[in-house]
Amino acid sequence: MAEMFVGKASDFADRGRKVVAHGNTEIGIFRIGDAFYAYDNNCVHQGGPVCQGRIIPRVEEVLDDDRTSQGLRFSEDCINIVCPWHGYEYDLRTGRHQGDARLRLRPYEVKLDGDDVYVVVDATA
Amino acid sequence: MDTHQGVAPPVPLQEIDVHTDTRQILERENRRIGREQLADLYIVDVDSHHTETESWTNILEYIEDPVVRENALTVQKVRAGNAYMYSPGGGVAHQDVAGRILHQASRREKVEETDVHRDVVLARRAMDSMGIDCTILFPTPLLALAEHPQLEIMVQLGKAYTRFVTEVLLPQENRLKTVVFLPLADPRESLKIVRRFAETPGVVGFMVTGQTPKPVHNNELMPVYAELEERGLPLVFHAGFNWNDPSMRLMNRFVGMHALSFVICNMVHMTNWVVNGMQERFPKLKVVWVESGLAWVPFLMQRLDNEFLMRPSEAPMLKRPPSEYMRDMYFASQPMERTDMEALRNTMRMINAENQLLYSSDWPHWDFDAPSVIYDLPFLSEQAKRNILGLNAKRIFNL
Repeated sequence: MAEMFVGKASDFADRGRKVVAHGNTEIGIFRIGDAFYAYDNNCVHQGGPVCQGRIIPRVEEVLDDDRTSQGLRFSEDCINIVCPWHGYEYDLRTGRHQGDARLRLRPYEVKLDGDDVYVVVDATA
Repeated sequence: MDTHQGVAPPVPLQEIDVHTDTRQILERENRRIGREQLADLYIVDVDSHHTETESWTNILEYIEDPVVRENALTVQKVRAGNAYMYSPGGGVAHQDVAGRILHQASRREKVEETDVHRDVVLARRAMDSMGIDCTILFPTPLLALAEHPQLEIMVQLGKAYTRFVTEVLLPQENRLKTVVFLPLADPRESLKIVRRFAETPGVVGFMVTGQTPKPVHNNELMPVYAELEERGLPLVFHAGFNWNDPSMRLMNRFVGMHALSFVICNMVHMTNWVVNGMQERFPKLKVVWVESGLAWVPFLMQRLDNEFLMRPSEAPMLKRPPSEYMRDMYFASQPMERTDMEALRNTMRMINAENQLLYSSDWPHWDFDAPSVIYDLPFLSEQAKRNILGLNAKRIFNL
């Protein structure tokens, strides 16, 4: 395994990203608050460039105590990445699809060394 | 122990938006083609879409009635929107999921080529990216044309669109073909349109779109089908949604309405087509069903067989169960339901997919399928993949 430098943490906006190339693959690195996450740029649906899609809060339905719908709202906690090919939405913290947790983006480990952000990759790739 | 080894360079495009080049959006499919046998296959896309609203003024210039043409061009100049365009959903359309799927929303990519029309450039970029050898072009909002409340406008716009496509776009790119809109609400005009455009270069069939005001078994339409059968030209049913359909008006979310309305459109036409014995009346007419996925077909086969066997007196033209007539027809693949591979495998068996199924992309729409969705299926033989991706369409459309 090897650590590839992808950039300075301070260069990532909150809810920002950087998509990098590594051999024949591409990896998207995302920042939410102080945490970083990285995924293979490959949607499990049809192989679309998922990491190059929109970053958007998850939409939730608001139910009252009597279970009547009070409409929709954007989540304050869950941030999704949307595959630009067909709209599959994955939770950026888990890499899992919002509506079917069995569908999961391939994750990469991210390491911080001071302000430097590294992604751990297969050195032979 | 991990070691710091080098710098991962950023890719040139960090986020896809409405300005992104088609070739960049589809780059991943293009890379696959380079790596795999897809590049060697003859691929026909029997349903790709032209976004005609981007060339709407050009199209209006081909309206033949001078008053309608002048009115349309004037309206186009002085108002927002697209003159005479009819939207059955009252303009409510959320295909791009509120801007999440941007190639559906708008294509504002840069086109520097000036030797051919912009629409041809965009079509070429999609074909080259997906390894497609031949594309049959369909319009997008004009798919609702069959529901236009003004019959004469429906006819005029349909002919203008056909002229624009066949006189401007197709002569510039030999890989592009089209099927011509039939205004079934006007059977006499439909017959005239078949006779006028049947031999036009690039025309490979005729289409019925959306929910027509006249049922497909209307007696007045028999001369139209007879003409198509005699000429060996396919009749293509391209489904469309209609949120104003009374049962669809009960749907509060686009996902529910879209999932059902497209399929119901084709199911209504298919049911009328089968129970009225149209396959018995026109046994050599090639009939193609487009853009409802495939899961509806085994459902309808079973449903119609079950009911027909108890009520054969109501469908006396039929000498076989409905499913057998359906199996004689052709189906376009997109949007192919792939969430249960066993169910899909069974569907393919029931429709005789190896000989009857036609690959379609529906590009640039939100639920498009790249050719690899067929190529990757684990249960198809190599020959079946070749047939579905191109050879079936080559045979049916005389390509």
